[in-house]
Amino acid sequence: MASQLIARAGRAFGPVREARGVPRWIVWAGIVLTMLFVVMALTAPWISPYAFDQYQDASGQRFVKQQAPSSAHWFGTNVQSTDVMSRVIWGARTELKVVLFAVVVSLLVGLPLGLLSGYFGGPVDRVLVLIMDALFAFPYLLLAIVIAFLLSDKFGSGVATAAFAISAVYIPQYFRVVRNHVVSLREESYVEAARALGARPRTVIGRYVFQNVVQSVPVIATLNAADAILTLAALGFLGYGIQPTDAAEWGYDSSRALSDAGAGIWWTGLFPGMAIVLLVTGLTLLGEGLNDVLNPVLRRRKMEPVTLPPRAPQEDQG
Amino acid sequence: MAKPTTSLRTYALTRLALVLPMLWILLTLVFFMMRVAPGDPVTAALGGRLPEKELQDRRHAAGYDKPLIVQYVDYLGDVARLNFGTTITDDRPVTDVIIENGSATLELTFWAMVVALSVGIGLGLVAGRLRDSGADVSIRMFGIVVYAMPAFFLGFLAQLLFGERLGWLPTSGRASPEVQFLLPTHTHLYLIDAIIYGDWATFKDVVLHLILPATTLGLIIAGVLIRLVRVNVLQTMKGDYIEAARARGIDEKSVVYRHAFKNALVPVVTVLGLQVALLMSGAVLTETTFNWPGIGFELVRYLNNRDYIAVQGIITFFALIVIFISVLIDFVNAWIDPRVRY
Repeated sequence: MASQLIARAGRAFGPVREARGVPRWIVWAGIVLTMLFVVMALTAPWISPYAFDQYQDASGQRFVKQQAPSSAHWFGTNVQSTDVMSRVIWGARTELKVVLFAVVVSLLVGLPLGLLSGYFGGPVDRVLVLIMDALFAFPYLLLAIVIAFLLSDKFGSGVATAAFAISAVYIPQYFRVVRNHVVSLREESYVEAARALGARPRTVIGRYVFQNVVQSVPVIATLNAADAILTLAALGFLGYGIQPTDAAEWGYDSSRALSDAGAGIWWTGLFPGMAIVLLVTGLTLLGEGLNDVLNPVLRRRKMEPVTLPPRAPQEDQG
Repeated sequence: MAKPTTSLRTYALTRLALVLPMLWILLTLVFFMMRVAPGDPVTAALGGRLPEKELQDRRHAAGYDKPLIVQYVDYLGDVARLNFGTTITDDRPVTDVIIENGSATLELTFWAMVVALSVGIGLGLVAGRLRDSGADVSIRMFGIVVYAMPAFFLGFLAQLLFGERLGWLPTSGRASPEVQFLLPTHTHLYLIDAIIYGDWATFKDVVLHLILPATTLGLIIAGVLIRLVRVNVLQTMKGDYIEAARARGIDEKSVVYRHAFKNALVPVVTVLGLQVALLMSGAVLTETTFNWPGIGFELVRYLNNRDYIAVQGIITFFALIVIFISVLIDFVNAWIDPRVRY
């Protein structure tokens, strides 16, 4: 069982190993950048010099606010006297937690809805498509702000509120992609064959349709995760994300840093901003690279020189 | 099974008929989303600041003591008459907000689109033409990084460099206070107002204020355009007619410029419509970053003041814009590409 799983995982990574040229570089750059932040998020308590909301040292001495980078504070301190580096490191944890949560929720809702709606069609499908199209067309940030604004009245501004607000943006996207894919698959001859053999809808959807649809999920989920980081940071920047006392969040820190720009204080905004750019770039490269590598239409394998076997002795072809 | 092609007029009418359900659904979503919130809008905005009697009067005047379904019908009727309500916190008709602040947003987004289109299409075409070359890789990287850059971070860097370090450009507002005070407003578009006013110093001041916000927002949209144009060029270059053109001995230059590029740009029009969502979201962030008094800036202010009616009015307006643009893009598309209108 275990060896089977490993073999399966190995096969899944096959295309990544086979990739050559630019796509190979893109995938690997993406993997390295993303892993950097994953490691940062997992080891935050050990590698972070201070706590994310710590504004005084062990002896109770308050940190000097807006202090330039020094040996005690590598990235300096911000207007609230907290250590910028610690907030960047702890921020990785917040960002990844919210985005993972949001992507899972969007998948859990969007994927089944898209599957059923696309496969069965009918009036329910049409209504769902209209609603999802309306949501999809709407400026995503405004949607997320309004949902976060409404949820924060009830649940306060924490990880869950931010994650649900972001899911509201991505559910329509998954729904649309999955539904359209299913609609095109429904007419494929192997699906028709399965139906002709008397397979129940459950079997057809589970075995034939789902297996095909799920192939495109890793790419979409990775690209959406990149997008979701930007949405979360934007929510934080506008003050509808996570409260600074609950967790460190790069978008919120960027908003506080904005007024520092005029005073020439660059470190409070530069580091959280760079963190956003690097993580989003990493995830985008990973997603784009996976697309280049996994999508057979775009895939370009390395050209291997082929030596033809020597000609066999002539055989008359009748 | 080729379906008969229909005329442009039939297509337009069908498309317009489809607008109504979409409009209705969007408006319904906006209305009920805003009313799911606990309490009524008046209490949310002014609760605790006014005596209960006054709150009650205001609730009654605005009709919040009516059943929800009646309010809903009233809302739809108001929107049909382009009445978006009156803000609770500063008693301003939302229509005024849309005209005064919306024009600031229009000015910003227009110039941002100019930047986005020139940078995005230019670099996208080059990257697609020179696939996998050094230029292609750097342009793709540039596109990805620019896309990964939040508007507020790009704005922060721009303010730091051009505002604080070099001192070349102003970083806040649409014009210097004295210019803003003296400039007579006709169109609320400062650039046009400044031209009408005919004063060179005023015009220069307005242009200088516009550069950083428009470039910031424009570059972010350009990131998406680069990717899109590049992929389209790659796909077009694979087309049979490109092969055919080459086979006929047409030189590579005119194959690329006359045959490939033109067709590669057609799908961009469609996706441009979808970029409106990105443009509006980016505008909210850019406006907040540069204190640009646009409609997104006002929206954030009203959200902070818990003014549900202002928020509802502005969001409704955005919904109308979204629908208007999606219809417009479809028409343009049908007009360029007859295959769309079957």
